[in-house]
Amino acid sequence: MLGYYVDLAVRSLKRSPGLTALMILAIAFGVAASMTSYSVFRAVSGDPIPWKSAHLYVPQIDMWGQKGHRDGSSNNDPPDAMDYLDAIALMRDHRAKYQSAMYAISPSIVPPDASKHPINVGGHAVYSEFFPMTDAPFKYGSGWSSAEDTQRAAVVVLNGEINQKLFGGGNSVGKTVNIDGKDYRVVGVLDNWSPKPVFFDVVNTGGFTTGHEDVFIPFLRAIDIGMPNNGNTNCSEIPKSSGFVGLQQSTCVWISFMVELDDKAAAAAYREYLDGYARDQKQAGRFSWAPNNRLRDLHEWLDSEHVVPSDTQISLVVALGLLVVCLVNTAGLLLAKFLRRSSEIGVRRALGAPRMAIYTQFLIEAAIVGLTGGVLGLLLTWIGIHSVSWVLPKEIASLARLDIGLLLLTLLVAVVATMLAGLYPTFRASRVQPALQLKSN
Amino acid sequence: MNLPPIIAALRKHKAGVVLIALQIALTLAIVCNAIFIIYSRVENVQRPTGMDESNLLLVEQQWVGAPSGDDAASIQKQDSMLREDLAALRAMPGVSSVTPINTIPLLNSTWGGAVALKPGTDLRGGDARTVFYYGDDQVLATLGVHLVAGRNFNAGDVTNKAFRDNSEPDVVIITKALADKLFPKGDALGKGIYLNGDTKPSTIIGEVERLQVSSNSSWVSAFTWNSTIGPVRLNSNFARYAIRTKPGQLDTVRRGVSNLLYRVNPMRVIDDEDGVRSFADIRAEAYRADVGMAVLMGVVCLILLAVTAAGIVGLTSFWVGQRHRQIGVRRALGARKIDILHYFQLENLLIAGVGAVIGIGLAIGLNLLLIQNFEMDRMPVVYVLSGLVVVMVLGQAAVFVPARRASNVPPVVATRSA
Repeated sequence: MLGYYVDLAVRSLKRSPGLTALMILAIAFGVAASMTSYSVFRAVSGDPIPWKSAHLYVPQIDMWGQKGHRDGSSNNDPPDAMDYLDAIALMRDHRAKYQSAMYAISPSIVPPDASKHPINVGGHAVYSEFFPMTDAPFKYGSGWSSAEDTQRAAVVVLNGEINQKLFGGGNSVGKTVNIDGKDYRVVGVLDNWSPKPVFFDVVNTGGFTTGHEDVFIPFLRAIDIGMPNNGNTNCSEIPKSSGFVGLQQSTCVWISFMVELDDKAAAAAYREYLDGYARDQKQAGRFSWAPNNRLRDLHEWLDSEHVVPSDTQISLVVALGLLVVCLVNTAGLLLAKFLRRSSEIGVRRALGAPRMAIYTQFLIEAAIVGLTGGVLGLLLTWIGIHSVSWVLPKEIASLARLDIGLLLLTLLVAVVATMLAGLYPTFRASRVQPALQLKSN
Repeated sequence: MNLPPIIAALRKHKAGVVLIALQIALTLAIVCNAIFIIYSRVENVQRPTGMDESNLLLVEQQWVGAPSGDDAASIQKQDSMLREDLAALRAMPGVSSVTPINTIPLLNSTWGGAVALKPGTDLRGGDARTVFYYGDDQVLATLGVHLVAGRNFNAGDVTNKAFRDNSEPDVVIITKALADKLFPKGDALGKGIYLNGDTKPSTIIGEVERLQVSSNSSWVSAFTWNSTIGPVRLNSNFARYAIRTKPGQLDTVRRGVSNLLYRVNPMRVIDDEDGVRSFADIRAEAYRADVGMAVLMGVVCLILLAVTAAGIVGLTSFWVGQRHRQIGVRRALGARKIDILHYFQLENLLIAGVGAVIGIGLAIGLNLLLIQNFEMDRMPVVYVLSGLVVVMVLGQAAVFVPARRASNVPPVVATRSA
């Protein structure tokens, strides 16, 4: 019976090729526009570390008080990064399972091959607990020890790409790298680790950048040698004294901070600790305001930092609107097409076909339109995803991909949407009065 | 032609009418918001920075193994390396002027701060927010900005200080926009202003016509034209140089500049891709997202209008087919071709009109949604009105083909059985 309906549907669609083509094109364009913008949206709103994001938290401490809001920022949120004093205090208290203060660095590396020009790399100065906390995947070796944190050891963890460039991708653990003119011992090599968004330092990367995370060196070591901060520095007042030391004594914020807490209870305890810390600071006369802290988990944090660009969201809204218009269009055309065949329906009904059979027949016809539109839409989506690199910023466009999931979703959306659009026309077709149709013929 | 028969006929196929009206309403809602987005992005992109943007290069480089400390000896060493580079660049054939610079418009590397009329004001509480540019006495000539009042920097004004040194320059040149904001009476020249809460004034010695701040993100939108230029060589282990080339020499200089700098001092990093960029590249990069969004919205508009037009053609054609016989009867009873044509045109006008009225509501609703969630601006009425005109014209254009076909139905059809 199904084969018969498919046959009927194909015949009917062939009878009016113009109308059929119109419906298929509308579905294809609507689906392709939505799926292309969805692929971009999916790429930027994805969870970079799904197995752990619920346990990662970003603490914020208000070290500015009212001064921080005098420029008109209306909400009472504390700064989204940390100053040196508070970051160091939180590291020293060590109340979370894992924690790391970090700041963006951009040193230069002198390749062992003297004929090559030095190269500039990106990276972060972090604590040893950064690696187990972020589950950074090691190809060779491991992170450094907490003892090496305090010893300010000259050690480095390389990412895959820079290891490829410097050591041809081999096991370079134990070898030496010249960073800013000083020798560092390689302790670990990461396996091309590049989480998107760069969740551990959203403040300085905005989540998506074309920059690389090439090197990681111990935080206190970077501070000791005065390695400049390559990220943002935000101040509520100019530091009392100049230079890197002045910056460290100021309330300027330039350090990102992340902690890992096992469960809700641990998070509650950490929140309690932060408030206690702020109260202590107030008592000591550093803060003159009530504790105003935040402890957001990774999802809330990415949300509050607006990691998903609003352009991406607007595009998705507009593309979905386009899909709805295409569906309304298809509904209108299907209605016209189905009702044109009132007499055929009349005959079938008079010969004993139940309403259900009419339903099946026309929904199959809609589904065929949807499926064809979906296949064409898939092709257009593929073209769309490959052409977003022309119109979107590089760091975002490169993330959009057509994979099996999106492929199936595209077909599913096309078929289901077209069948939804076909529901009302089918309902109308099934209500055709056989007697009336037979009489008028 | 009177309306009652048209309305009576429309009642016969309510569903089709409702679907077309709905489609027109949604199309209108999306199209006018999309056009608004396109227009505001294009307007943004077309703003001139105030510089002479042609023949301008930016070099970004970092010294390797240079002292990075804040002590006097380190700064001395950094400054001598900087001056060595400047001398070499200025001697290069095809170069007309060079300045060290901390950032340039649209680079999105920003040195923001506050300006106050009183000393020791809070950093976030001053009279205006500003972005600082630091260069030497060739900075105005190199950027190609126009001095409209006062004097240019001379060699004696130029000082040097460490990158992280908080002291402020003795003299500054500010944009006219900033001068007018601080001194509405227009007497800014010679006045002292306090930068970043400093207790010592910096004297305004000149005003430039226009100079955009170094960022084009939304957070600077309140002070896009408030730039302050200080005659300072900033010393660090990295440096940026702006180079103005002689006309037609941009590409030659661009190709040669890295090698020249490596010859001066090989221990440095100049990125192969981004180390030397023309200002045109920097502008394209800064506005890439805006241009992209405009293109995207344009494509969506085109698809939307095409689909809606096709839908109107399809459904009207169906109605014409359905009413073939009635049209014949009307023709036989004396209706002219033009009457039939007008009938379908008026019918479409009616449906599109109803759709457009609903569409105006939806358009405003969509705009409010975008304002609420994505910090978009309120859409001026003119966009809704132009969207309205677009969909009405589209409707009329789309209906013309099937309506023409209807008007060509011969009266003899009336005599045939269906």
